[in-house]
Amino acid sequence: MANLNLLQAINQALDIAMAADERVLCFGEDVGGFGGVFRATSHLQEKYGKARCFNTPLVEQGIIGFANGLAAQGSTPVAEIQFADYIFPAFDQIVNESAKFRYRSGDLFNVGGLTIRAPYGGGIAGGLYHSQSPEAYFAHTPGLKVVVPRNPHQAKGLLLAAIRDPNPVLFFEPKRLYRASTGEVPESDYQLPLGEAEVIKEGSDITLLAWGAQMEVIEQAAELAEKEGISCEVIDLRSILPWDVETVATSVLKTGRLLISHEAPLTGGFAGEIAATIQERCFLYLESPISRVTGLDTPFPLTLEKEYLPDRLKVFEAIKASVAY
Amino acid sequence: MVTSRYAIAWVYDYLLNNHALTRGVRLFTITPGKSIMTTTTSSLVHSPTFLKGDEFSIDTFALLKQDGSLFEGAVAPDLDRDKALRIYHAMVFTRVLDERMLAAQRQGRLSFYMQCTGEEAAVIGSAAALDDQDMIMAQYREQGALAYRGFSCDEFMNQMFGNARDYGKGRQMPIHYGSAELHYMTISSPLATQIPQATGYAYGQKLAGDGHCTITYFGEGAASEGDFHAALNMATVHKVPVIFFCRNNGYAISTPAVEQFAADGVAPRAFGYKMRVIRVDGNDVLAVYQATMEARRLAVEHNQPVLIEAMTYRLAAHSSSDDPSGYRSKKEEEAWREKDPILRLRRWLESCQWWNDEEEKALQERLRREVLETMKVAQKRPAPPLESLVTDVYDTPTPQLNEQLAKLQAHIRLYPEAYPKSAAQCSTEPSAQMANSSGTENGQGGH
Repeated sequence: MANLNLLQAINQALDIAMAADERVLCFGEDVGGFGGVFRATSHLQEKYGKARCFNTPLVEQGIIGFANGLAAQGSTPVAEIQFADYIFPAFDQIVNESAKFRYRSGDLFNVGGLTIRAPYGGGIAGGLYHSQSPEAYFAHTPGLKVVVPRNPHQAKGLLLAAIRDPNPVLFFEPKRLYRASTGEVPESDYQLPLGEAEVIKEGSDITLLAWGAQMEVIEQAAELAEKEGISCEVIDLRSILPWDVETVATSVLKTGRLLISHEAPLTGGFAGEIAATIQERCFLYLESPISRVTGLDTPFPLTLEKEYLPDRLKVFEAIKASVAY
Repeated sequence: MVTSRYAIAWVYDYLLNNHALTRGVRLFTITPGKSIMTTTTSSLVHSPTFLKGDEFSIDTFALLKQDGSLFEGAVAPDLDRDKALRIYHAMVFTRVLDERMLAAQRQGRLSFYMQCTGEEAAVIGSAAALDDQDMIMAQYREQGALAYRGFSCDEFMNQMFGNARDYGKGRQMPIHYGSAELHYMTISSPLATQIPQATGYAYGQKLAGDGHCTITYFGEGAASEGDFHAALNMATVHKVPVIFFCRNNGYAISTPAVEQFAADGVAPRAFGYKMRVIRVDGNDVLAVYQATMEARRLAVEHNQPVLIEAMTYRLAAHSSSDDPSGYRSKKEEEAWREKDPILRLRRWLESCQWWNDEEEKALQERLRREVLETMKVAQKRPAPPLESLVTDVYDTPTPQLNEQLAKLQAHIRLYPEAYPKSAAQCSTEPSAQMANSSGTENGQGGH
């Protein structure tokens, strides 16, 4: 076990995947010799050659179109979109092509080998266009899987699973944690399951649910709440699509309360979908309305980023309000 | 945008890294010394001169005159009798299929149809110049290429009627064919999405080293989409064995080519990508065949992508839902009808003593009968099973999908008369794992 940061864990996962299977290719803007603007693909071109790790022209729709074709051909492309904020030129290729390739061909063809990596989220003075959390747009698209890791150990295992999953996977990396989050990561080749949430901490009064960088926030809020005698169950959803209804519903049947937190705006955010499903499953067990602690319904701000973000204090207050309802 | 992103990345490095200053400095100094900044080798001039683009003009490659004879000095490509007749049969089959299916659509037997009429030489001549294992990624009007590869009349019909034998399991509108066996990628309605996919597919073929290439078809209208630019630029940058085949048929639904671009067609764009390019008479099957043969050689032997612009005309409406009389004249159509590509090839075949009137009559009759008979059978085949609604979304249905299917089945049992295609399948309680079976009759394996 080595102590790695989240970027190093991702780099290690890519390295392992490329070493294990020569069909795995990594490409995107500045991904080649430079190793990506965040260095997630450092040294991969030196190790595996320019044919398997390379720069692309600056054209997101081209990157994903190219990746779709490669995956249909039987390769395993891992395409990087430099920032999740810039994924939208590729929206058509992802939503109309990647997601529907298998279905529309009756499984004659598929792009299951495709993985799209993109740094997402705020907290580092990125303003409108280097901070967004676009997971909900993609969660509305059957055929895609959407995965968000919370720490280095999770990132490595989930990314290896995403690369090897027989479905196209969007892998959103919390860039605030790229160097801030460190932890023990096994050197071995291991995978963590897609579509399964993880109970991080058991508790009895309220269930706190989040994913990615927001996990750290709800864990801190849980600590504050514990001091006030409120016992929190903390769950990392990990996969946004398909999502693990059973784990969340089981927890809420026990605690009777649910709080969901994400950085993305409130309206149309994925918390709304979770809330609708959970009230259906747990209606008679709910002690209070399902609470959502999220970003505001605004573009992502810059100077007032701290005010915008759903931080531990906002979550803490919402926990207390839910318990006191 | 580049500058902004680099700057922002630098700021992130600064913020994220404990040794931010040293990293930041490295980022700015590493690039100029290490890499080639530009591909331009340009001389300095000292007065402002603008180029108009007229400095380049692109000729049209043609071999065969409308009377079936070769132009003076033109040499027919190396094409034996069997291959020439295979091409001709595919062209006639496509014409017959198009005529019959449009009629079927008009009779209300089919929801929708798109004809290839007038463009058979462009599509089939190019497909014939490939190896049958090369990948075809078409737009939607290239049924002729699929017919050339050997897709049977029955296979065409099953797709159009979306019955239980359709490889696509009745999920797409008519004419969205696909065949893994024949290396013909399933059609998708969004325009131009197949073009960068072809670049990617061909890049994979190059790495696999099996000597195959990909051809992708699109219209001159689709070439306005961003995906076109992305695809051609990436193809030359990465030296990919792909052939971009533009059917310049004059119209994108009702929009004429003169309202699509100001330039001399699509071909000059290749200069901007440093791509090999040829313009060809799209109604001249021999010229199309030879141009594509040469393009394939450049692609497969030299990893040189090629753009082919085939000048042709969409004699039919855009689709069965379109009426061209609102945007173009009968006179214009008539002028192009005179340039019928099938008739031109037929005359050449006759001049080679490879074809005669009796054979023509017999072929026409056989194909008309075949189309009508297979249509009748396909139309009566049952719809795909209800569970095919939820299969192939993922490699296996998710618990949510199984739950949604079970709920739907229960609902159909309540109102069987409202869902006649599926009611019989839902008359008993569903088995728990029914959604795990692919549940269709088709025999073609996945890819």
